[in-house]
Amino acid sequence: MIEFTFWDIVRNLLLAARWTVLLSLAAFIGGALVGLVVLFFRIAKNKWVKPIASGYIALFQGTPLLMQLFLMFFGLPMLGLRIEPWTAAVLGLTFFASAYLAEIWRSGVDALPRGQWDAGASLGLHYLQELRLIILPQAFAITRAPTVGFLVQLIKSTALTSIIGFEELVRTSNAINNATFEPFKVYGLVALIFFVMCFPLTQYARRLERTAAR
Amino acid sequence: MGYSLDFGWLAGAAGVIARGAAMTLLLIAVTTFAGTFLGILGAAGKRNGPKPLQLAIGVYVEVMRNTPFLVQLFFIFFGLPSLGVRLDPILAAMLAMTLNMAAYTIEIVGAGLDAVPRGQTEAALALGLRPRQVFVKIVLPQALKVIYPALTSQIVIMMLESAVVSQIAVRELTYEADMLQARTFRAFETYFVVTMVYLGLSMGLRRLLVVGGRRALGAGVS
Repeated sequence: MIEFTFWDIVRNLLLAARWTVLLSLAAFIGGALVGLVVLFFRIAKNKWVKPIASGYIALFQGTPLLMQLFLMFFGLPMLGLRIEPWTAAVLGLTFFASAYLAEIWRSGVDALPRGQWDAGASLGLHYLQELRLIILPQAFAITRAPTVGFLVQLIKSTALTSIIGFEELVRTSNAINNATFEPFKVYGLVALIFFVMCFPLTQYARRLERTAAR
Repeated sequence: MGYSLDFGWLAGAAGVIARGAAMTLLLIAVTTFAGTFLGILGAAGKRNGPKPLQLAIGVYVEVMRNTPFLVQLFFIFFGLPSLGVRLDPILAAMLAMTLNMAAYTIEIVGAGLDAVPRGQTEAALALGLRPRQVFVKIVLPQALKVIYPALTSQIVIMMLESAVVSQIAVRELTYEADMLQARTFRAFETYFVVTMVYLGLSMGLRRLLVVGGRRALGAGVS
């Protein structure tokens, strides 16, 4: 048995937490980019494109993230792509995030009065300009609180990538726990690290919500 | 690209998948009732209880909402035995899911309680109802009606999240999928089929809750 002091445990967990942070950021940025495309389809007037985007969103919101990660991990190699846990984790979380973010932003677009579109059109802007200059900035502004709220959910969701073998905080803690047999201490510390990452964001989202309500 | 999909194993696996799905449904049924009940108690306590209780409930909600469910599950399943509490995997899963669900329902129910106008309580008190009667008969039904859609979403989310209890060897849908793919060597197909089962379950559950809610709480619930 390997001897771990308390500080050894803390140091190893904090080192592993870097990967949790990095994965969260990568998935959030990737999810925002893909989510924009999904949003674009979702609010399109074309009656073929819209159901595809709705179906995409329903699929990701109606199935467990763990299954999505498994399908990514086992499915992509069948397409001839060599895939490692990191790639599967980033891609899986990116698609997961894109569906949620697209739906959040869509609610923002829907909340805008019809007059905003009309005003844009009467200024001679074409569809893409209307979106870029008038609709999306406002839609993002009014959905900032749920977007930050989703980021918290995304950070917590990175824990699941430990199951497909990505070495982040939870997987490292499993390994440490197997060596030290101190689950109370180890998982307590992991919970604390997640809490320190998420709580400020939760508070920020709450503050945004309050100022929006006023 | 030399891979071809094979669903030949499916006929022999239907029973196992159905058993796993039944366990998933059992878990979510228990969690829904126990979690909502605790959520109502917690929300009431957070508003009307003594100061220390209010503070404790607030801390509880923040801790549960800002840590991953998987870590909570490991903490309960692996951590509690070191305090001498040994839990069977199914019980540990139910406990973890219920405690997690309760934290979210405390917030949801609380928002509903705040949405009921103060005049309702005052009118009921003026009619001579005792405070407990006012809460159970007047305020709570109105609050539940307001929050029912949010509660429905939370129940579906919890059902999807229950997939991770396979990690402590509870024999639910995901666990059975893990076992199946280890036997058939058809990982993608197995997880694909089970993902579709989850999709069906979540759509069916949502439908059931919407229809049930309309019956129990009256029209107007979407």
